[in-house]
Amino acid sequence: MAREAELIGAPELPALDIEAERPERRRRPLDGRSLMLTTFTILLLALFLSPLLRTLTLSLKSADQITTIGAPIWPADPGSFEWEGDTLDVYLVPLPDGTTRELALVDPGRQESGFIDPADPGAGILTWQGSWRSLEQPWEFAPKWGNFAEVWTRINFPRLMFNTIALAVIGGLGTIISCTLVAYGFARFRFPGRNLLFLLVLSTIFLPAAVTLIPTYTIFVNLGWVGTWLPLLVPAFFANAYDVFLLRQYFMTLPRELDDAAKIDGAGPFRILLSIIVPQAWPVIIAVAIFHLVYSWNLYFEPLLYLSTSPELQPISLGLSKFNDIYGSEPQYIQAATLMTIVIPIVVFFFAQKAFMRGIVITGVDK
Amino acid sequence: MAGTDPPKGDSRLSLGQREAVWGYLFITPWIFGFLTLTLVPVVATFVFTFLNLRLNQQQPVRFVGLDNYADLLGDARAWDALSVTLRFAAIALPVGLILPFALALLLNSRSLRGSQFLRTLFFMPYIIPFVAALFAWGSMLNPEAGWLNGLLSWFGLDGPDWLNDPSWVYPGLVVIGLWGIGSAVIINLAGLQNVPTELYDAARVDGAGFWGQLRHVTLPMMSPVIFYSFTLGLVGVLQYFLVPLVLNSGTGRPAGATYFFNIYVYNTFFSFGNMSYGATLAWLLFVVILATTLILFWSARYWVYYAGENK
Repeated sequence: MAREAELIGAPELPALDIEAERPERRRRPLDGRSLMLTTFTILLLALFLSPLLRTLTLSLKSADQITTIGAPIWPADPGSFEWEGDTLDVYLVPLPDGTTRELALVDPGRQESGFIDPADPGAGILTWQGSWRSLEQPWEFAPKWGNFAEVWTRINFPRLMFNTIALAVIGGLGTIISCTLVAYGFARFRFPGRNLLFLLVLSTIFLPAAVTLIPTYTIFVNLGWVGTWLPLLVPAFFANAYDVFLLRQYFMTLPRELDDAAKIDGAGPFRILLSIIVPQAWPVIIAVAIFHLVYSWNLYFEPLLYLSTSPELQPISLGLSKFNDIYGSEPQYIQAATLMTIVIPIVVFFFAQKAFMRGIVITGVDK
Repeated sequence: MAGTDPPKGDSRLSLGQREAVWGYLFITPWIFGFLTLTLVPVVATFVFTFLNLRLNQQQPVRFVGLDNYADLLGDARAWDALSVTLRFAAIALPVGLILPFALALLLNSRSLRGSQFLRTLFFMPYIIPFVAALFAWGSMLNPEAGWLNGLLSWFGLDGPDWLNDPSWVYPGLVVIGLWGIGSAVIINLAGLQNVPTELYDAARVDGAGFWGQLRHVTLPMMSPVIFYSFTLGLVGVLQYFLVPLVLNSGTGRPAGATYFFNIYVYNTFFSFGNMSYGATLAWLLFVVILATTLILFWSARYWVYYAGENK
């Protein structure tokens, strides 16, 4: 991170540099304590992330496997064998000689059943004494990739994804533009009431959404904005407390010398913002953009209020929850949809995790 | 407003005045948003509490005095919903403070290998939308097929029916929220790395062990971070309702245990269509949040230590 900051000429934030490794950490030998602690942490992490694995395995299973008791946890089909135009179930049959063989059931019966040996169908029907219901089936790894295709069309996934991305991009632009302007105003200009107004910005964090809900809803209804994206997008253009705080804190750490030099060269405030401040601040601007992306993928309540009757305009979280209401008995589709929903945020996260985590640190520690 | 006339080149303004005009101009988007989407709605909501507004207004709008407040006093449902919220907060808030702190301690340990990698993976689920997290963890908590009860059975424990048992649903909801702890872990971690190493050296010289150092160095130095997490956590948990709304469509299942205060507010607005009474409930929530936050800020002087403040 330090190198990256130098490259773009941004000042280092020593107190916030969570990526810096302590030099003595690297040289420490791998002793028993270190091994134990690391193993424990990895186990904890495995537990923490295990729902992702469960979601993945469930999303690849067939409905039959999910309802079968004793089925393996990995996606699989019970063994089967094609014989004379029929699909026969294969069972693990214990034979009198003590071995167990995979045989296909042709003639099920209570006391005795007829089996075919898939390895040697020509040998004819073998009769086995005992109830075939007590037999177990062999399982073969068989992921149902078709579940994803099914979800793709059933909930019109491309449409939901397009809506979510459009809301994230337009709202993200609005947030970045408005919050940058407001943060710049608070960070670089002196005006009467500035501290009081900034306190007011921060205090809106403590205001419960319920006390503004009904009048805001009424306003949007009267503007005729129900059934459009406007109630979700327009507020983004009026700045929000978290991002203003984040950007303002960062702008405050930027040296004023460059501003002053540009001012002497005749640059106005807008010019200074665009050519001096923004180029230095892009790591936090990226953080704001990703915060907004996460926010957009989480959009649920506002679309529920304003887009209930316009399913073609809904973003993914609302679509996903609707899917659960309708197909609650088909967990393989729910989990496939869940996985499809989180792919883009996870990929974006791994590309921009440093900027993202730094943004959280600035808002959280620098108070 | 000052921001409407372009200030550049206006010779009547002094340098300081010109700077102030630019300042107001730049914060205009926030001022406009604050007035239209915050201040006016808050005042309007307050006015609504003295009226008889409904979603589908049948009777003429009229001033009803303190009727809504009188209704509130006798409304057992409202106080039950508040008690549900506070009981959930009593579990969720301590977990939300202690777990990220403990995890940050672990990730900050010098004996830990690959801490950057582990930290990134512990943080990653933070970006997963809550509906997706609800489905993933909800499936984990399934009493028969869920892995959590499967894991418990390895230890000979009989896992509960988490989300359908009134006495287990709060821990269940806390588990569903676990993926959200990433940001708190990162903030705690940054706080821990800001504690000067000399303080630990000094404590060690004085004979302090792990717990002694935790008690006398880490906790006091971390108190501003804990205060920050506590405040935001409190404001968040008192408004908690999206997860139960998606999980049980606001019905409060099982046995009313998830009938959170905000669910009641939401139902009053949109199911019962009683705007004025909903507004009264919203104001009660506002007052509760304000009061608890103020108490917390007042208490800060006794337990929050800002290094470099008292010289």
